[in-house]
This record gives sequence, C-alpha cells and structure tokens, in this order.
Amino acid sequence: MEKNKYQELVKKHTPKENRLYNGMLAFLVGGLMGVIGQFLVEFYSSILEIPTKEAGTFMIITLIFIGCLLTCFGFFDKWVNFAKAGLFVPITGFAHAMQSAALDYKKEGLVTGIGASMLKLTGAVIIFGVVSAYVFGLIRILLFGGQV
Amino acid sequence: MIYLNAFLFAGLVCLIGQIILDNTKFTAGHVTTLFVVVGAFLDTFSLYDKFVLWAGGGALVPITSFGHLLIHGALEKANEYGLIGLAMGMFDLTATGIISAIVISFFLSLIFNPKS
Repeated sequence: MEKNKYQELVKKHTPKENRLYNGMLAFLVGGLMGVIGQFLVEFYSSILEIPTKEAGTFMIITLIFIGCLLTCFGFFDKWVNFAKAGLFVPITGFAHAMQSAALDYKKEGLVTGIGASMLKLTGAVIIFGVVSAYVFGLIRILLFGGQV
Repeated sequence: MIYLNAFLFAGLVCLIGQIILDNTKFTAGHVTTLFVVVGAFLDTFSLYDKFVLWAGGGALVPITSFGHLLIHGALEKANEYGLIGLAMGMFDLTATGIISAIVISFFLSLIFNPKS
C-alpha cells in the first residue's frame, strides 16, 4: 500500500518528457553527425589521397578527438542532455563517456584514479562487443564455414 | 545522394536509441551496449557491409559500426587461421579507435580539470 502510494507520488512529480520532440531531435542531430562523418571521409580521401577505408578510420579518430576536447571544455555534457541519443549513440558518445570518467576520477590519482576508472563506462561497450562478436563468429564458423 | 543516405541511416539509428531510452528503463550505457551487440549480429552475415556501402560515413559514425568492425576483423583472420583467428583479428580494425580514444583522453585529462 505504502509502496504504491510512493510510486504514484514519484510518477506525479517526474517531469513529463516529450517523446516526439526527443525523437525528432535525436534523429536530426544523429543524422547531422552522419553527414559530418561522410563529409570527413570524403575530405580525408581527397586531401590525403587514401582509400575510403583508411579515411573512415581517420574520420573516427577526428570525431573521438572532438568529443574528448568538447567534454573537457564542458560543452558536451549540456549538449548530451539536450540531444540525448543523437549524441551518445554516435562514436562521440564513446569518447565522451571515457573522457568524463577520466576527469571525474582524476582527483584519486594517476594510477588509482585515471588508470583504474577511465574504462568504467566504456568497458561495458568493449566487453559486450568482444564477447558477442566472439560468440557470433564462433556460430558463423561452426555452422556455415569460415568463408567471408 | 550519399549524404542523404548518411543522414537517414545515422538519424534512424539515433531515433531507435532515443525510443528505447524513452520507453524502457534502459540507461544510455545499456543502449550503447545493446547497439554494439546488434552491430556485431548484423555483420555476422555481412549485412552491415551493405549499409556501409549505402550510407558511407553515416554507417560508420553510430556505435553499431564498432560491433561490425570487431566481428569483421575477427572473421577475416578466422578465414586464414581457423578458430584461433577469431581472437587474433578481433581488434584488428577497432584498435585505432580504442587506442586513440585512450591516449587522447589520458593526455587531455592531465591537462584539464572537471568543470562541475
């Protein structure tokens, strides 16, 4: 009984989020990130005269650098609060999570702070990615042969 | 034309992420982790490669491409060396992203202090 009442109270006072608005914003911002990515790929492949595949790697490094730098200046937190999935689903979100963890734990020292905690949030992404890729790859090889 | 495709693909992935975020109890960390797994799943049968061809950089920017790159490198090496190749090639294509993210954020966190 008490629990129900409490939950009702919580529900009443949680600010209602406009899902349509959030979705539109995420779509626009995320799409813009995609366009920036494609622009950078073409920019690098024409300037440095390298194949598109390497240009993609350069593009990812550039976006990671921009994400880290903007997190350090403090802009990125506000932007993520504003655009939500539009900014944390692209690779910038990966950089942001890593950088903010590193900054937050800086006061605990170089080794026990930055070193131990830098991968606190992004570790989940890397570990689940590796485990799932390994399992899927195993299934693919065992059931369908290794021909890619 | 490829810019439009890039916009549509990246926007759509982010829109799906936002819908999951708004309608379930998942946090941002859950959504990104889920997307990496989905990306790895889609590339098990080289489906994600078609997205990359269609949307270019738009398909490389979302975190799903991280899962795609993981399994892509693993399968490439597995083709040559068999099962052990899965472990050999897992980080072949993603290493640049992970390493540069770690190095960049380490040195930047030496320079900057947290804002709040």
